[in-house]
Amino acid sequence: MIRHEEVRRVAELANLALTEEEIERMARDLSGILAHVDKLKELDTSNVEAMAQVLYDAPENLTLREDMERPCLENREALANAPLAGSGYFKVPKVIER
Amino acid sequence: MKPHTIDSIRQGLKEKQFSAEELARDTLAFAEAENSKTNAYLTFASERALAQARRVDEMLARGEEPGPLAGVPIAVKDVILTRGLRTTCGSRLLANYIPPYDATAVIRLEQAGGVIIGKTNCDEFAMGSSNENSAFGPVRNPAALDRVPGGSSGGSAAAVAQGTAVLALGSDTGGSIRQPASFCGVTGVTPTYGRVSRYGLTAFASSLDHIGPFSRTVRDAAVMLRTIAGRDEMDSTSALAPVPDYAAALDGDVRGKKIGLPKEFFEGLASETGDLVMAAAEVLKKLGCEVREIRLPHTPYAVACYYVIATAEASSNLARYDGVRYTARASSASTLAEMYRLTRDEGFGPECKRRIMLGTYVLSAGYYDAYYLKAQKVRALVARDYAEAFEQVDAIVGPVSPFPAFRLGEKVNDPMAMYLSDIYTITGDLAGIPCMSVPCGKTREGLPVGLQILTRHFNETDMFRLADAYQRATS
Repeated sequence: MIRHEEVRRVAELANLALTEEEIERMARDLSGILAHVDKLKELDTSNVEAMAQVLYDAPENLTLREDMERPCLENREALANAPLAGSGYFKVPKVIER
Repeated sequence: MKPHTIDSIRQGLKEKQFSAEELARDTLAFAEAENSKTNAYLTFASERALAQARRVDEMLARGEEPGPLAGVPIAVKDVILTRGLRTTCGSRLLANYIPPYDATAVIRLEQAGGVIIGKTNCDEFAMGSSNENSAFGPVRNPAALDRVPGGSSGGSAAAVAQGTAVLALGSDTGGSIRQPASFCGVTGVTPTYGRVSRYGLTAFASSLDHIGPFSRTVRDAAVMLRTIAGRDEMDSTSALAPVPDYAAALDGDVRGKKIGLPKEFFEGLASETGDLVMAAAEVLKKLGCEVREIRLPHTPYAVACYYVIATAEASSNLARYDGVRYTARASSASTLAEMYRLTRDEGFGPECKRRIMLGTYVLSAGYYDAYYLKAQKVRALVARDYAEAFEQVDAIVGPVSPFPAFRLGEKVNDPMAMYLSDIYTITGDLAGIPCMSVPCGKTREGLPVGLQILTRHFNETDMFRLADAYQRATS
């Protein structure tokens, strides 16, 4: 069973402010899921290479394109969905106190 | 409205039975009326649809070829970006998000003459197997309104099943196209990983995410996939492999094809589902296929493997919803850290939080090797099962889901039971191979059941050929 402190620690890493009720529920749900996940330990994978790429038979430079200037989103468009913007920037609560 | 296919629309436009604009208007009116029953659509794209339909009509009037999908009404899952058209991802966080660009798949559909009529409901950020995790209410299954349509692409499946769209785009990470297709009685295709560009698809688990088609007929799915597939320089994971003319290969001839039935796919199956799938295998046998039992021994580990990898990737991908650039923002926060936490806590629904938490946990210090790395190794074993099976057979068939559509609310309180229902669809995503669901009959209660067909990487052609031959033999 995952302890509540551990749930709080993970919630902090994930930037989630969970309520006490949510922490209780999360501890129960995660414990149940991880108990199932422990099934993976039954398998001997000492000689298995991790599958980090799904398909990669392409040339190594496939992800590179010519370094040429091309149009990108305009400032106005990029800011259009911001909850708070001004002077061409995203605005957030003050980070550094003077 | 009489259900259309790509061909019946082409014919109708050619013979001037209707114009593309008339078809778009009728379809929109029908879709809006039906929506009170199913909640399949979150946003209608009336202006965009009519403008596109008029463009098609003008091209036809000038004697130009408007493309293979000319005038065809298409619904798009709301995790796929549409420029200027609200895209919510089924999340409160993006309730008012207007994308500044189109997904590549959307651009290609419109270039082919397709008419996008609206955005379909889905589980929040495509996380769910029942569409009950949408912030905008669940979708109801058109085949039985008290039941779920499946998920996460539930709205797209329901739209095609209702006939309010001829085609729909969905996305599949662990079964989110095939499972709703099977629940709603339509065709749904998860192409090979990398076959379709994900540019403009909201990322859930990047090593597992696919875009793919929904349609009524296999032929229509084949035409749609050809339209959206192929290398896109905006997605570095999109494959270079040339795109064949899938529909041209649908000759109904599947004689001599070797079909494998994985023993592991028939354990713990509802009996009616098993009977219908076995009956479908008999049809393939009558069409000249050789059917034999095969083994995919790592199948029982797939759900565990998937929920580690998918949630790990999701926890990283969903970190971007922080209240700064495009989401709603919690108004009560006074510091930056508080703003992140409150925005995310108020914005994400319970399933997204659960997956973000699980993913963060398995990646956190001390657990990475035991969970994430272990799961990536088990993933290699699942993929190897398939590679070995395809040395013996040309295609694998089996069920899509252990049971047909369940009732709304039936499984919401048991996340593990919900995850386990993805058992037969997850392995195909882990291996990255093409797989699809084609309707194979109904239970005594009238609930649709899907037959899953899986083939080797980039061999969508054989998958479509088998599905089409089966569909022709049974309709």
